[in-house]
Amino acid sequence: MNRENKPSPRIRAMHAQKPEKNHVVKLGPDIKAKIGMQLRLMYGEVVDQGVPDRFVEMLKRLDDPNYEGK
Amino acid sequence: MGLRNNVREAMLEAVPSLRAFAISLCGNVDRADDLVQEALLRAWANMGSFQPGTNMSAWLFTILRNLFRSEYRKRRREVEDIDGSYAESLTSLPEQNSRLEIVEFRNALKLLPSEQRESLILVGASGFSYEEAAQICGCAVGTIKSRVNRARSRLAEILSIDSASDFGPDRETRAVANSDVVRPNRS
Repeated sequence: MNRENKPSPRIRAMHAQKPEKNHVVKLGPDIKAKIGMQLRLMYGEVVDQGVPDRFVEMLKRLDDPNYEGK
Repeated sequence: MGLRNNVREAMLEAVPSLRAFAISLCGNVDRADDLVQEALLRAWANMGSFQPGTNMSAWLFTILRNLFRSEYRKRRREVEDIDGSYAESLTSLPEQNSRLEIVEFRNALKLLPSEQRESLILVGASGFSYEEAAQICGCAVGTIKSRVNRARSRLAEILSIDSASDFGPDRETRAVANSDVVRPNRS
């Protein structure tokens, strides 16, 4: 836990900023933007698949009294 | 009747994002889809507990997350499979590079404590506010903020150590990163 939160010397040098009180590295806007971009790319990869048929089918049948989810 | 249709519509709309979140939780597409289905059925059965006027998407995420934590985690016996069946299921990415980057990024995410990972995803990818994410995770807003910060720091650390070849600031990624769109522009 402690180890995890300690920035490596390389990271410190890279950002050249003081670590915050609990050793969380203060990230520059560039790093944040890059992480945000990667996150959205990863997430968007799934979102772009749309709604798979099984869910369309399932939602259609919700009002069907005989349907209890496959 | 009207409410039922509205709920159904909202569920349909939420499915893509719920799936993306579920995959990030359990790392396996098939199990994620089962989880989403179960969450939707549960939401449908408990429609009465939804408060009209509040965010339905956050409500659905809350149900899914609780379900995952109460049942799926206990049942988990296999090692999380992120670049196995998951990678195989994705065939549509145009660029090999972004494919590799995503795999690398997913692997880095996997190294985070689950609370940090889910907080980061809810805020950074699902598009929830800190307040909504706190509601979904059942914790204080400050806790979410701190988890997100830790998650980012840790990711920055892992990714710059592991990829000697640079976690690349080229013009395209900057353009995407700086735009407001939730989805990446791949054209």
